[in-house]
Amino acid sequence: MLPVGNQNDGAMKQKTDVLQGTLALMVLKTLDVLGPLHGYGIARRIEQISGDLLAVNQGTLYPVLLKLEQEGAIESEWGASENNRRARFYRLTRQGRKQLQVETQDWQQTSEIISRFFAAKAEDLP
Amino acid sequence: MRLLRRFFTRLANSVTGRVHDERLREEIEEHIALQTAENVRAGLPPVEARRQAFLKFGAVESIKDDYHAERGMQFIFWQDLRFSVRVLRKSPGFTTVAILTLALGIGSNAIVFSVLNALILHPLNVPQAERLYQVMRGKEKAGNHSFPDYLDLRDRNRTFDELVAYDGAVAGIDTGGDPSSAWVALVTGNYFDGLRLQPYLGRLFHPSDEHGANSAPYIVLTHGYWHSHFHDDPGVVGRVVQVNKNPFTIVGVAPPEFHGTLVFFFPDFFVPIVNQEQLEGKNNLNERGKRWVFSVMGHLKAGVTRERAIADLNSIGADLEKSYPKEDTDMAFSLAPPSLYGDRLGAPMKGFLTGLMVLAGLILLAACTNLGSLFAARAADRSREVSLRLALGSSRRRILRQLFTEATLISLIGGSLGILGSVLLVRALSLWQPFTRYPIHLQVKPDANVYGLALLLALVSGFVFGAVPVRQILRTNPYEVIKAGPSGKAGRRLTLRDLLLVTQIAICALLVTFSLVAVRGLVRSLHSNFGFEPQNATLADIDLSMAGYRVDQMPAMQKRMLDAVEAIPGVESVGLVNPAPLYAGSVSDLVFTDKTADLRPANAAAQVVVYKISPEYFHAAGTALLSGRSVTWHDDKDAPRVAVVNAEFARKIFGSVTAAMGEYYKLEDGTRIEVVGIAEQGRYTSLTEDPKPAMFLPILQSPSSETWMVVRSNLDSQQLVPAIRNTLRDLDAGLPVYIQTWTKEMDHPLFASRMATLSLGVLGMMGAMLTVTGIFGMAAYSVSKRLRELGIRMALGAQRKEVLQAALGRAFKLLAFGSAAGLLLGILASRVLAFVVYQATPRDPLVLAGVVLAMSLLGLLATWIPAQRALSIDPLRLLREE
Repeated sequence: MLPVGNQNDGAMKQKTDVLQGTLALMVLKTLDVLGPLHGYGIARRIEQISGDLLAVNQGTLYPVLLKLEQEGAIESEWGASENNRRARFYRLTRQGRKQLQVETQDWQQTSEIISRFFAAKAEDLP
Repeated sequence: MRLLRRFFTRLANSVTGRVHDERLREEIEEHIALQTAENVRAGLPPVEARRQAFLKFGAVESIKDDYHAERGMQFIFWQDLRFSVRVLRKSPGFTTVAILTLALGIGSNAIVFSVLNALILHPLNVPQAERLYQVMRGKEKAGNHSFPDYLDLRDRNRTFDELVAYDGAVAGIDTGGDPSSAWVALVTGNYFDGLRLQPYLGRLFHPSDEHGANSAPYIVLTHGYWHSHFHDDPGVVGRVVQVNKNPFTIVGVAPPEFHGTLVFFFPDFFVPIVNQEQLEGKNNLNERGKRWVFSVMGHLKAGVTRERAIADLNSIGADLEKSYPKEDTDMAFSLAPPSLYGDRLGAPMKGFLTGLMVLAGLILLAACTNLGSLFAARAADRSREVSLRLALGSSRRRILRQLFTEATLISLIGGSLGILGSVLLVRALSLWQPFTRYPIHLQVKPDANVYGLALLLALVSGFVFGAVPVRQILRTNPYEVIKAGPSGKAGRRLTLRDLLLVTQIAICALLVTFSLVAVRGLVRSLHSNFGFEPQNATLADIDLSMAGYRVDQMPAMQKRMLDAVEAIPGVESVGLVNPAPLYAGSVSDLVFTDKTADLRPANAAAQVVVYKISPEYFHAAGTALLSGRSVTWHDDKDAPRVAVVNAEFARKIFGSVTAAMGEYYKLEDGTRIEVVGIAEQGRYTSLTEDPKPAMFLPILQSPSSETWMVVRSNLDSQQLVPAIRNTLRDLDAGLPVYIQTWTKEMDHPLFASRMATLSLGVLGMMGAMLTVTGIFGMAAYSVSKRLRELGIRMALGAQRKEVLQAALGRAFKLLAFGSAAGLLLGILASRVLAFVVYQATPRDPLVLAGVVLAMSLLGLLATWIPAQRALSIDPLRLLREE
């Protein structure tokens, strides 16, 4: 039997949770750097920088966007895309900027700890 | 804070659902378009570019799910709901059957529970009703007491706030126009204060009103009687009316919600019990041996338990036994709520209603198992749809949730319909007065309890039958189903579903058995020998005390009435009796053999039903005399005491009918009575009673103010009734008379068995409907699952009979098995029925044949459509399609 679809709800959920956490931060950073952008633009940008995180599941971006919008970190409105079609543009709010700062700090702290943890060798311990 | 905001946004979103749906769709489209353009730029052909874009985007279905999950918690629910409504509307037949089945189940439960709620769970409309208890005496838990006993209990107890008492009477009331009879509650002076009631108008009675016998000619009207007879006239206070030809002053009106302390019996007005003589024609206020006070009750003092109060009463009772050994025996007390007259009515009523509740519950259970199998069948039919959705990335949980939404939707619609129906029926029930002569009301108002229970039942049922197909769905393997089509395998082993169906068929057969037994019993009791002949007889209820006659004036007046009515052309014979057998209650006395010297109750030979009759009674009633003579007008006060006894009396006291003639027996007061005639055995207190001894005393030797005039005549009642009324009015215009044909009066003794037959019939019909839907669901399922196999069989030359056997054999086997089980259960359990229904026995070839016939008809009805479908299979077309 081929693993198609959500054969395993539980595992999928966990993966999504982690993904969503990092993805949200990436979205905020992208909007911070590039200004208002539509969904596809955000996806492309994340893809360029992160490699294959979104290679298969670009679509997972949209639930994250909605979540951020509902939290008030970003807002959105309709605008015209580069090929002159109607597209939804997302922009960072003031609250989102604050959230980005806080979460960036948190993330840096966490990643520092984690990298120190991984770098530590047995002989370093007192 | 963020969480909170998200929560509110989600809440708002679930309202603006559609806008968001549209937005996601557009965004996805835009995304795909941009990605496609990008891919084209990279050199892919347009079609491939678009395909790649979709691949990169990921599983749209599951992203939508995530998106919706993010959007709002209720969103999914609304989406499921919308989908459910669509699905259900697509199969209106299934939906209608399911909703109706459930409406029946929920409705019947709601009705029975409303009655239970109103009669048993709901306390009386008096303050602190839960601490109000009625005092019951002795092993028999009798509610009646003598007045001196009541006074002792009232004054010597230390555990009740106040003990109040009342008795019921019928009195003639003349407000200046047409005299009519009314139902009166004779209450003690402390009655209203003890029950903590405030007047609606004027004032109520107080202990200070009582100054000995006939000292308080006052009336307090019930609100209902004031409304119907005095047209809400506030000037009624202070008005003087004639009660049994005695002037009484109306002093007030009781609060509207107070109808006395029996939940179903509403008196018309209240008078002080000290005026008993004016109401009942006799004064028993000082007789300790006469237990005529109908009921004694009171609120327990704060902090006093029931047990302590009983102990308190018992110590008074023991004392009374010592002081009055002749009158007071068996003075141990118990306490019970007064609303159904303690355990006397309360216990059988509780039993009856609990039984009904169990039956209604069984019906609901049957409905659920039924709907469960219908749902399972549907789930099987939809296995392709389910597999497709699973393959497209929908989760099993989501599909189950969808299924439960459908079940809940059906259960809510069905439940609401059921509640609606039950409210209408219960409203009709409240207005219904089964006995026009008695102020009996069944005030049933469905309250929050009822609605709550019905709703809860609906939801629980929804989950119960919704859960049936869960395992089926969890096991669905999308690839197998899509590859192979729905499995053509017919299960050979006994499944849970089969078991449910058999149970249901058994329950239905049980109900059908019961209702047939009840119908047969009713028919038999209609044609049985009552010991009198109601056909062509008319009863006139006359109480001379209501028109102010003194005891010594009564015999002359009664003789005049008899002569006058007998003179009406077309009247065959006229007699008097008190009370009318089988109808107006019964009086029984202890009798002793002639040799007994010590006339203590323990030495009594029998308890005997007593009737007071005029000489012509037996002829007028159509009662046959087995030997001897009837009483005569010469059997008066100065003549030796005589009586006619019935066959059972003769057998029990004297050994046989022949031995009884001319013999003597004694009454409790020592009077010797000679047996001058033997009457045939009759029925006296109920249709289902065992043969009871009875004696008929001459009315001149045992005067009675109330009498039932039995008029035998071939005249049409349309003519006869006014003729009797006019004749009696000519004699005394102030005499209230109630006239009714005896066949009509027979409604009362037949009431219980009629009601039992009716309710069993209704329940049986419901059970039958459920069985039909159950078998139908099962048969339809089995045919649709095996269409291919049946087609192949037909192509290979199977006969119609063989096809039918293959398709429906199982359904019929289950039907036969279930019916047999139900019939057997019915035979075992119908002893219970014998209490209400005359000679209820299922060992009756007609009943057995009826059950078998009914069940076969149901089976035929239920399998007709599936059978037609199986027979109309076109093998060629079928094979081509697959």
